[in-house]
Amino acid sequence: MARSVTTQRKAIYTIVAWGIGLLIFFPILWTILTSFKTEAVAIADPPVFLFFDWTLENYAVVQERSNYMRFLWNSVLLAGLSTLFGIIIAVPAAWSMAFVPSRRTKDILLWMLSTKMLPAVGVLYPIYLIFIKLGLLDSRAGLIIVLMLINLPIIVWMLYTYFREIPGEILEAARMDGASLRSEIIYVLTPMAIPGIASTLLLNFILAWNEAFWTLNLTAVNAAPLTAFIASYSSPEGLFFAKLSAASTMAIAPILILGWFSQKQLVRGLTFGAVK
Amino acid sequence: MSFRSALCAASMLALTSGTAAFADAHSATITIATVNNGDMIRMQGYTDQFTAETGIAVEWVTLEENVLRQRVTTDITTNGGQFDIMTIGMYETPIWGANGWLVPLDDLSEEYNVGDILPAMAGGLSYDGTLYAAPFYGESSMVMYRTDLMEAAGLEMPDDPTWEFIAEAVAAMTDRDADINGICLRGKAGWGEGGAFITAMSNSFGARWFDEDWNAQFDTEEWANTLNFFKDMMDASGPAGYATNGFNENLSLFNQGKCGMWIDATVAASFVTNPEDSEVADSVGFALAPDNGLGKRSNWLWAWALAVPAGTQQVAEAKTFIEWATSTDYIELVAANEGWANVPPGARTSLYENPNYQAVPFAQMTLDSILSADPNDSTVLPTPYVGVQFAAIPEFAGIASQVSQEFSAAYAGQQTIEEALEKAQAITTEEMEAAGY
Repeated sequence: MARSVTTQRKAIYTIVAWGIGLLIFFPILWTILTSFKTEAVAIADPPVFLFFDWTLENYAVVQERSNYMRFLWNSVLLAGLSTLFGIIIAVPAAWSMAFVPSRRTKDILLWMLSTKMLPAVGVLYPIYLIFIKLGLLDSRAGLIIVLMLINLPIIVWMLYTYFREIPGEILEAARMDGASLRSEIIYVLTPMAIPGIASTLLLNFILAWNEAFWTLNLTAVNAAPLTAFIASYSSPEGLFFAKLSAASTMAIAPILILGWFSQKQLVRGLTFGAVK
Repeated sequence: MSFRSALCAASMLALTSGTAAFADAHSATITIATVNNGDMIRMQGYTDQFTAETGIAVEWVTLEENVLRQRVTTDITTNGGQFDIMTIGMYETPIWGANGWLVPLDDLSEEYNVGDILPAMAGGLSYDGTLYAAPFYGESSMVMYRTDLMEAAGLEMPDDPTWEFIAEAVAAMTDRDADINGICLRGKAGWGEGGAFITAMSNSFGARWFDEDWNAQFDTEEWANTLNFFKDMMDASGPAGYATNGFNENLSLFNQGKCGMWIDATVAASFVTNPEDSEVADSVGFALAPDNGLGKRSNWLWAWALAVPAGTQQVAEAKTFIEWATSTDYIELVAANEGWANVPPGARTSLYENPNYQAVPFAQMTLDSILSADPNDSTVLPTPYVGVQFAAIPEFAGIASQVSQEFSAAYAGQQTIEEALEKAQAITTEEMEAAGY
């Protein structure tokens, strides 16, 4: 009896989970479907769900109008390198906070997080002026630095949380065996925290990929990523929803595929240490 | 490869690829920031022709209107020099021209024929008599209506209707059972959305934003009359949720045959008469925006224009492009390839003298609408500002965005018209005092 109740509950949970999942995914699904409609069908009332004449015309128009590969390449570089550099800085920072905490460690962590509470537009002009002075406007290098810095608090926080789950005694043992600080972090700590580091990498890659304030305001042509690509198809005067949907689908496709293939790693990392 | 080597390689890749892109951007490449609309996208398609003629390559940065506005404003106020040409409107041009942020367009070639630019456009894009931006296309607003529904209602639309007639006609055309709303108008918050419409409408009711001493005027009877008339008519004959409808939402409704009448930008005429997009393409008529017998109509005046920021190093190349893109030759190029209905309208007098263009159904009404709006004399009572649906002062955009939010909240029934006007008065007074007026 108890087993059948459990099975029934499981079924209910599964249905509810699928329902919530579909609800969350629906806007993306709708965007993908709209990208295959004509502009007239895209605005039809009542909306047409599946039964319409599917067309690839919007993708052809977008491909013709924009250099998609240049935007994509910029997105990959900006998201990838900003995340990578962020991890390189955050691992030692998180190590010191997790294993050699001081009286101020908690304050420092909270202070770091508080920088995320400042609306980005509040520092747009100072950052813009600094970029002009340094010749970094519309450069990938400049944007990599900015994206790394804005995501650094999250990276440090995540790694700090993962590192706290690792027993300090293991690191002590390594030290007693003569490991240097560098060796301790690279050869002992990092391998044990791989799931956590991997999920941090993935999550911050996604955050950097989707970042749309700085990537729109600090770029023009050379460093513009996919967020600028999407913005070029949004129009308040003219019905271009189908083309906008095609551009959006092309922009989110790489990150959707990456998320799909790495979902196990992501879930494992996010739940790392959740149950002891 | 060690981790360190891989890191170095990745960094070099990022930096050198940036350098390579920069190397491509040789001295004969100009960067243009522009807005995403049909005419601008069409122009991008002909860029290769310009490059072939002049040897000047063009890089486009196309953005949504509000993003573009923020982007180019940041760049020009900091002298960032990211763009050689900026697409700006009638609101920005006189302000930026006065600040010395734009290169004067006072030395364009004789063949370009500056005198051919419609006087209303040239006036709105000048400061102190100097042209600072060349109009790519211009627009006003006008009445677009369903001729079949009007006929069924037993009414005939005059060329120059009054608001009283409009209210009567839309009430007669409204058929809720058939899902037909008598009228669709912008109620969406935003100074360029519902804010633009209600300001232009208020001109015909005798209202104004400021008196001669820059005092806010929302506590006047004229503003109350404007908003009450708008809300009463829309509640009775407008679509559900009109408080959140802007240009695109109304275009969608009209094209699906769900609006008897729509008063909006003249550029919409080419959309609603295009059989590929509109279900009612063959039954659309046009008329001037309504008035109230006070001598001012409720139409606005706007132009998307090309300007050269003072920070650019390529003034000559930028002006060459502007001359090409806003010339009569460009209009003829588009007409030859895509038909006269698709040429950028509202910028040049000669276009409206062209018999080919006169055959386009909405051409004459577009011109009449543009000619009936005067940015220097847009209100019944005198004002200290220039502009029809805006006041060309830097503070206006911020104030009008807040005020239009209050108005939209009133349309949605979240507050009364009186409350919205009281808040508008308080917001405007406070902001103007803070700005030192």
